[in-house]
Amino acid sequence: MMKSMKNNTLKEERRLALPEEILLQVSKPERYIGNEINAVMKQADQVKIRFAFAFPDVYEIGMSHLGIQILYDMFNRRDDIWCERVYSPWPDLDRIMRDENIPLFALESQDPVRNFDFLGITLQYEMCYTNILQILDLSGIPLNAEDRTEEDPIVIGGGPCTYNPEPVAPFFDLFYIGEGEVVYDRVFDLYLACREEGADRHTFLRRAASLPGIYVPSLYEVSYHEDGTLADFRPLYDDVPAVVEKQLVRDFDQVTYPEKQVVPFVQATQDRVVLEVQRGCIRGCRFCQAGMVYRPLREKHLPTLMRDAKALLASTGYDEISLSSLSTSDFSELKPLIDFLMEFCPARGINISLPSLRIDAFSLDVMSKVQDVKKSSLTFAPEAGTQRMRNVINKGLTEADILKGAGEAFAGGWNKVKLYFMMGLPFETEEDVRGIAQLCQKIAEEYYEIPKESRNGKIQITASCSYFVPKPFTPFQWAAMDTVDSYLEKAAAAKQEVRAQTNQRSIRFTYHASGVSMLEGVFARGDRRCAEVLRHAYQNGAIFDAWTENFRQEIWDRAFDECGIDPSFYAHRERPLDEKLPWDFIDIGVTKAFLAREWENAKEARVTPNCRQACSGCGARKYKGGVCFETKN
Amino acid sequence: MKLRIKFSKTGIMKYIGHLDVMRYFQKALRRAEFDTTLSGGFSPHMIMSFAAPLGVGITSEGEYFDLEVASVMPSEEMERRLNDVMADGISVLSVRQIPDDKKFGGMRLLAAADYLVTPKYLPHPDVAESIPAFLEQTEILLEKKTKKGSKTMDIRPLIYRLEAREDAFYLFVSQGSANNLRPEYVVEKLFAFAGKTLPEHSLKIHRLDLYADAGKDMQQRFVSLESFGEICK
Repeated sequence: MMKSMKNNTLKEERRLALPEEILLQVSKPERYIGNEINAVMKQADQVKIRFAFAFPDVYEIGMSHLGIQILYDMFNRRDDIWCERVYSPWPDLDRIMRDENIPLFALESQDPVRNFDFLGITLQYEMCYTNILQILDLSGIPLNAEDRTEEDPIVIGGGPCTYNPEPVAPFFDLFYIGEGEVVYDRVFDLYLACREEGADRHTFLRRAASLPGIYVPSLYEVSYHEDGTLADFRPLYDDVPAVVEKQLVRDFDQVTYPEKQVVPFVQATQDRVVLEVQRGCIRGCRFCQAGMVYRPLREKHLPTLMRDAKALLASTGYDEISLSSLSTSDFSELKPLIDFLMEFCPARGINISLPSLRIDAFSLDVMSKVQDVKKSSLTFAPEAGTQRMRNVINKGLTEADILKGAGEAFAGGWNKVKLYFMMGLPFETEEDVRGIAQLCQKIAEEYYEIPKESRNGKIQITASCSYFVPKPFTPFQWAAMDTVDSYLEKAAAAKQEVRAQTNQRSIRFTYHASGVSMLEGVFARGDRRCAEVLRHAYQNGAIFDAWTENFRQEIWDRAFDECGIDPSFYAHRERPLDEKLPWDFIDIGVTKAFLAREWENAKEARVTPNCRQACSGCGARKYKGGVCFETKN
Repeated sequence: MKLRIKFSKTGIMKYIGHLDVMRYFQKALRRAEFDTTLSGGFSPHMIMSFAAPLGVGITSEGEYFDLEVASVMPSEEMERRLNDVMADGISVLSVRQIPDDKKFGGMRLLAAADYLVTPKYLPHPDVAESIPAFLEQTEILLEKKTKKGSKTMDIRPLIYRLEAREDAFYLFVSQGSANNLRPEYVVEKLFAFAGKTLPEHSLKIHRLDLYADAGKDMQQRFVSLESFGEICK
């Protein structure tokens, strides 16, 4: 006892970037002090590269993100690198830092970000784009890459939104396109070699442009036609590649995975161990970007997953483990994995959480074992209300499947169902959105098929609708996003249809706000000119736009006006197939020809089989791995 | 079986709120592989209770929680296991077994606590001189804001000791569900009594220990909560 006290008092107290007066004034000071379990501490003078890894949203959201945990662990395995974390200061602290000129700092060392070699920013959703500017600004780094000097860190972007990096291109020195596990070592080695030689920033960037997956926006030139569409996009120099290839982990079972994940003090949004069982998806839903850019599907093997699950639970002490993937039901070894978890977890008081499961007999059986049926609600995503519409989006789910699944769930004791839909999909009619209400009614009827004595009270159905946003590298990349007026009209029609159902009292209908989705629609498929809008909006006070309480439509309206940019040009315009798209320079393996075929299939409401049923020749086979090479018996 | 775990919370860990400290220990106990008893139901949880939640911004070397376990190890081993998985700023000071009877629960026993309160900016000699006169008052009225308005209470009987020590004030005050007196109220009152104003956020508060009243009849006899536990061999 005496010994531990002594150690504690002798140890130099951790120095924080923020003084006590400020920390006691802001909400959740734990966001800013670091010192979490499994956070990596190194000696700054013992490493060659200091990397600040930023998630441009609040700490609790950023700490829930698996990607950062993977790369944080991978970078820190190198002795010559110290990777630290940075999150967006919440508006209360943001204001204080501006007023008092306090520079943004990294959590581990509490040192200013500006003194780092690299600032990596992950781009997870478009509505965090103003927070990128906040992070640069608070760090004292010029917003535009061209204004940066040798004193500034190299600003690198990664994550799903880099599949169209153009709207934020002017703010980044380079982008890493694809899965982070592959090329970062080469980026670091090149950086060290350049420094050794005394080469400057520009030399490093020019050389980095030749690394696979690396895109240096300043080395490309863009021109536009009079009608505003893209005329040309070409490298400025011969040694800069015209096409940037996404990077992909081929041997997914052998890929680095953190045995330790940083455990926050404050409760994170995902307060659990996350075990990634597979990457990619066989389904080919036509609205889904992740389903295309992470092709082909690659699985981990059971022994690897069992080892990682045990190590992670032991090193974090979490009481919950969640399986992560785009569609867990498609994981070939799901049954033995669940058997293992059922054997290992409950005895230790550890919960199992299983998102992204299809509703079938097996899943229901598993779920009834791991959760309280009476309290929990069953979630599934038909995405569209009519069969024709589900065929348009290639959801691969029939009404019979849905009703059968619901029936089995009700027989198993569930009486709360949450359904996710989209509205504003291409080729959607009023009849399709009314179909949402009708499907809810049929599900309710399925419930009342059960004899009264075995029912568990009344049925509660929640239908939650989002506003569909077309994304790059999907078959809907050419589609016009529905207008706000049309979306709201459809929402009203769906709502009216719900009221007309016999079981209307059991159906709750909600839909997402339109303003934020509309902006998402602009930036998802925007080009470089959109960066100016972001800058104006940020300078007029836009920040944390993904948070309803902070989103201010009028700032954005003004920013579009000031820049003379018509948001409809990006959101509501259907692109012809021969139009040059701002993201065409990226090769994701899946070909444009395949996407165009799928766009035609959508128009005809034709279903395309999933990767395990038949190969549709999307192009991802060239990576020579994953589902494309599974032995088919 | 029940354990009483005593720990310190110093340095920057003062920014971690009570609920987060609780969640922190639940994870730590799993990392240290304690044989905890779990409640039933679909989301089983550890059965633990903290004697006196500590406010954000306050440090302490006398925090306690009681924990139900299915088996114990030697105290030394349990202390080592926990200290191996602690974050900087939290140290486990002792792990002892307490009787199962509910009346030995830390929260129930809690009657007093002592603190060191250091004013950060003001030198305090003038104020220190007025302590005897301050304590000689027959009553010290404190206006407390409540949901309905405000209520006045006499805090003099709740102050057991108050003295000046180097640059700090040593305070021994009543704590617990019945008569909980926050140390900063006493120091604020003292400053007001001495005719000095105290700026906001200017007190550094450090809790030293928590006590039960083991006295008989009207005689108070305060003993540390730790003393109710026995060292596991």
